[in-house]
Amino acid sequence: MKDLSMHILDIVQNSIRAKAKLIGIEITESPDENRLIVSITDDGTGMDSEQLKLATDPFYTSRTTRKVGLGLSLLKQNAEMTGGTFRIESESGKGTRVTAIFEFNHLDRPIIGDLVGTLLILICNSGKTDYVFKHQTAAGTFELDTRDIRQTIEDVPLNHPEVRQFLKEMLQENLEQIQISE
Amino acid sequence: MNKIKNLADLKKLQSEVQSKIKLRENGNHPESVVQIKVSMATCGIASGAKEIMTYMIDELDHQGIDSVVTQTGCMGYCYAEPTIELTIPGQQPVVYGFVTKTKAHEIIEKHIKLNEMLDGIIPVTYLLIDN
Repeated sequence: MKDLSMHILDIVQNSIRAKAKLIGIEITESPDENRLIVSITDDGTGMDSEQLKLATDPFYTSRTTRKVGLGLSLLKQNAEMTGGTFRIESESGKGTRVTAIFEFNHLDRPIIGDLVGTLLILICNSGKTDYVFKHQTAAGTFELDTRDIRQTIEDVPLNHPEVRQFLKEMLQENLEQIQISE
Repeated sequence: MNKIKNLADLKKLQSEVQSKIKLRENGNHPESVVQIKVSMATCGIASGAKEIMTYMIDELDHQGIDSVVTQTGCMGYCYAEPTIELTIPGQQPVVYGFVTKTKAHEIIEKHIKLNEMLDGIIPVTYLLIDN
């Protein structure tokens, strides 16, 4: 994965497959503490303790189309490569939380990348899933809840071209305001 | 300094959009329009599926082609990512592998607009076995 936005898009696919109705994505950049935290939570089907043990094994997957499952292992490897940590907590029937902590100033820390593109794909193709996004940096905090967006646009679809364009600009403008790293 | 867009601005847009459009019912009848599913698992994302999906959405919108572009899971063609499944209304779906932006442009211009199949289709061999 070239950047963190790709990791986020990838890990969220697990939540979607786990039939999550509400997915939380939180990014906290703390250069003073030399930490960048990415956390993804969902209220999906969760995993039992056996599955949880195997979750970061690249040769374990719950899929039948292939025999490898690299998403979580790649994120874990990337976080640990920067001197950071990776944690996954899950409870069957309740949901899952994935937390990756990176050393902010580490040379190998992936850049955040095209977060707007990732969020736009997720929001505009969200179906019945809602997202709560929070990005916190030293310059400020940006929060977005797709339940508020749905309430605002009523029966206009989220993937309507004009709504999509508006959301793209809104995300770009707000994220630029708090941007402290690429 | 320009004002940053917020949900109040979105509300204004919502009123404008609703008053001038007859809501297309693509969501309710996706089978009546061109459907594209972009494989968006780890293999696809790492190979550039995000850029392909964004390009397809933007280009089809730009050209005014009625379509639904959605993300889907791994179709098992990890070696050929990014892959897309294209369904023209009334026809069998086909899967294109190794899709680049150039290839995506070609798919729109030739397959979607002129109904001409292109190189790069991943053969659906199980149909042959069944037959």
